[in-house]
Amino acid sequence: MKFDLILRIAAKLLIPFTLLFGLYVQFHGDFGPGGGFQAGVIVAAVVILYAIIFGLETAKNVVPPIVVETMIPVGVLIYASVGVASMLLGGEYLNYSVLEHDPAHAQELGILLVELGVFVTVAGTMTAIFYTFAGRGR
Amino acid sequence: MVLLTLLAAITIGVVRARNLFAVVVLSSIYSFLMASVMIVLDAVDVAMTEASVGAGISTVLMLGVLYLTKVEEAVPAHTPVLPLIVAVVVAAALLYGTFDLPPFGIADTAVHSHVGPYYLSNSIEQTLVPNVVTSVLASYRGIDTLGETTVIFTAGIAVLLLLRGRRRDHSDSDEA
Repeated sequence: MKFDLILRIAAKLLIPFTLLFGLYVQFHGDFGPGGGFQAGVIVAAVVILYAIIFGLETAKNVVPPIVVETMIPVGVLIYASVGVASMLLGGEYLNYSVLEHDPAHAQELGILLVELGVFVTVAGTMTAIFYTFAGRGR
Repeated sequence: MVLLTLLAAITIGVVRARNLFAVVVLSSIYSFLMASVMIVLDAVDVAMTEASVGAGISTVLMLGVLYLTKVEEAVPAHTPVLPLIVAVVVAAALLYGTFDLPPFGIADTAVHSHVGPYYLSNSIEQTLVPNVVTSVLASYRGIDTLGETTVIFTAGIAVLLLLRGRRRDHSDSDEA
């Protein structure tokens, strides 16, 4: 598909907006529908679209497989370390209320952080699975 | 009702189609319809997940698998009697199970009278998060979501190990 002009231009137009939408879903998950899981899938879909239109190797240059594969455990680590942090600050595991002075604000911060962890793991996993599947045929 | 009829029609199409490419496209359409059903039921978060995962990513992965295998479904080697019996028994068990569920939309069931109202009335006060789905998932039920993330992590690692290991074998046998 490398030489298909319409697809290339359409993809170039779509990719930044889809990425932005992914970030919106991630950080607006408190207010609207969405959250880490959905945002992770959307961002992974952007990478997959890029790989389909511009070729797997180009995509691997932009988003190297090593980064993608590191993202998988790092996300779980972010999530779990939020729990450990709240334990160190004197609360129960994953009780965010102790993370800041105001318990409600602390809850908001904790939710933001664990959603980030979910996002990193999901985006990494989806992209990594696609990379290995797409890389097998060649 | 229209959506459910379309869902049934697509299911029959998936069962009858022998071209796997058509099956993949049909199941993608099925996911989109399912997402519409979720929106009708006011479950926007689930609808979003269904549309992106079911219709988006898994369709792409299925097409990737088709690229590696044949497009036509193989003719089954044995009679479909045993699978048919298993399917009928499982369907009967599931239907029997639904008789115990409370009727749709009733307010005084266990789901709506236990912790649900507590979450609904305290979410904004305690977490400043207006989307109750998010606050339940990430805060009240934080450990469950940690478990889910770990499941995704484990699944990803397992798939990577399976596919990678196979490929290394291939290159070894090519060299030998």
